[in-house]
Amino acid sequence: MLIKVAHPHPIKSSEITPEAVHTDRRRFLRQMGLVTAGAALAGYGRTEPTTAEANLAPLNVVRKSEMAGGENVTAYADITHYNNFYEFGSAKEDPARNAGRLRTRPWSVVVDGECEAPGRIDIDELLKPQALEERIYRHRCVEAWSMVAPWIGLPLSDLLKRFKPTSKAKYVAFTTLYDPKQMPETARGVLSWPYREGLRIDEAMHPLAFLSVGLYGRVLPNQDGAPLRLTLPWKYGFKSIKSIVRIQFTEWQPETTWNQLAPQEYGFYSNVNPAVDHPRWSQAQERRLGELFKRKTLMFNGYPEVASLYSRMDLRSQF
Amino acid sequence: MNRLLPWRVAAWALGIIPLVFAVKWTVQSRLGPNPVEFLEHYTGDWTLRLLLTTLGMTPLRMLTRLTEPIRVRRILGLWTFAFLCLHFSMYLIFDLSFSVAQLAEDLVKRTYITLGFTAWLMLLSLAVTSTTAWQRRLKRRWITLHQLIYPAAILGAIHYLWLVKADTREPLIYLAILLILLAFRLPWSQLVSRWRLRTSAILKPCDPPD
Repeated sequence: MLIKVAHPHPIKSSEITPEAVHTDRRRFLRQMGLVTAGAALAGYGRTEPTTAEANLAPLNVVRKSEMAGGENVTAYADITHYNNFYEFGSAKEDPARNAGRLRTRPWSVVVDGECEAPGRIDIDELLKPQALEERIYRHRCVEAWSMVAPWIGLPLSDLLKRFKPTSKAKYVAFTTLYDPKQMPETARGVLSWPYREGLRIDEAMHPLAFLSVGLYGRVLPNQDGAPLRLTLPWKYGFKSIKSIVRIQFTEWQPETTWNQLAPQEYGFYSNVNPAVDHPRWSQAQERRLGELFKRKTLMFNGYPEVASLYSRMDLRSQF
Repeated sequence: MNRLLPWRVAAWALGIIPLVFAVKWTVQSRLGPNPVEFLEHYTGDWTLRLLLTTLGMTPLRMLTRLTEPIRVRRILGLWTFAFLCLHFSMYLIFDLSFSVAQLAEDLVKRTYITLGFTAWLMLLSLAVTSTTAWQRRLKRRWITLHQLIYPAAILGAIHYLWLVKADTREPLIYLAILLILLAFRLPWSQLVSRWRLRTSAILKPCDPPD
């Protein structure tokens, strides 16, 4: 299903410059010596993928949807070198450096709990019947930075329905891989591993909820959650769990990692909400990667179509 | 004077070298995907490092009995304040866009901002009164006033610890070093050094008393 979102300045996906051309333009500009100190501070001139990332397989998509209000897509180098993936270190540059150790094939996902067709499925089997599409989404981190990324993947609901959740399936719980051999940084125990996240079933079935396997036309780089991650554009980034190995339908609200660590700071829902501050910092504004000054944060990160999911809830207490 | 020169050079280098790198990386566009955050963290880190170095001069003197560390303390202290001002300006310019209303809101609502701002006010008063003229004018009260560096350092370390999301290793290292340096000022450390002097006096009776 394609979701139509009305935007004041829509841009057709066909009008978006392909990555290769975009990259080449940067190189041309640099060769011309036109990169000024000001532009340098703004973070321009760093879009070219490294050799390792250029080796990632390109993906074919059946459809492209621009769903970020026509805002500029964040540079590939920024999306892949500014990550929160604590299994590979807690500094933003750590995952790009350390996630090379992650083996994404063979990879299987266990689907179990309140469903009629549970099982352990190989990732390639899982993806074979699914047509991939590209969606350009805003991404807002709870730390008040944000980006716009062109994800490739499939609606989460398409995948979940294949396992026939029963009427008892009120929630969906997700688990990230926990392998200390591939993730030696987990030995420091900053979080309680494995990383866990969860959604109410109606949130998980919402057409905006997306499962990503690719970025910028290619397979996901490891540091961005390969081979399979959630992409929930209306929620703070930590809800979009990476490198998923287990999906479980549950009757009760599942434990989630950040909520467990600091329940007063990170709620189960964690919808982007400029009116509800983090106890230690404001959520009214955010800094877009590649920009210097902050911009206003939008309710549900600019995706009002999810509001009906929470119509009977007090978003101040159930943040 | 000649014996002091390498100390003065080292103290100036501690301030100038990190500043040169910040300018170099800015011009070369090597600040990463979030340049404002990088510079805020970088200037904050160097404020704490220089502050700890400044506070390390008294223990260094106690351990080495050299007077030079005390004589470069002012240079280090002023570089600390310079980095703190850069840190504070980054926040005022890029986080607040010079909004006084927003600063007021942050000061009331965000404890780590309150702590950091208080530390800045304290160091501001120390920087202003750092000249020899002020030293003469305030006489003994100057020493009392300049003991504000201790609460300022504690506030600075807690300011860092407060804003970290989960990985508290680095701020705790700064806090631990600070506590060790402060411990040198406690009465028991005087007892220890007195004991040291007594034993060394037995070994080397010619040493002048400290």
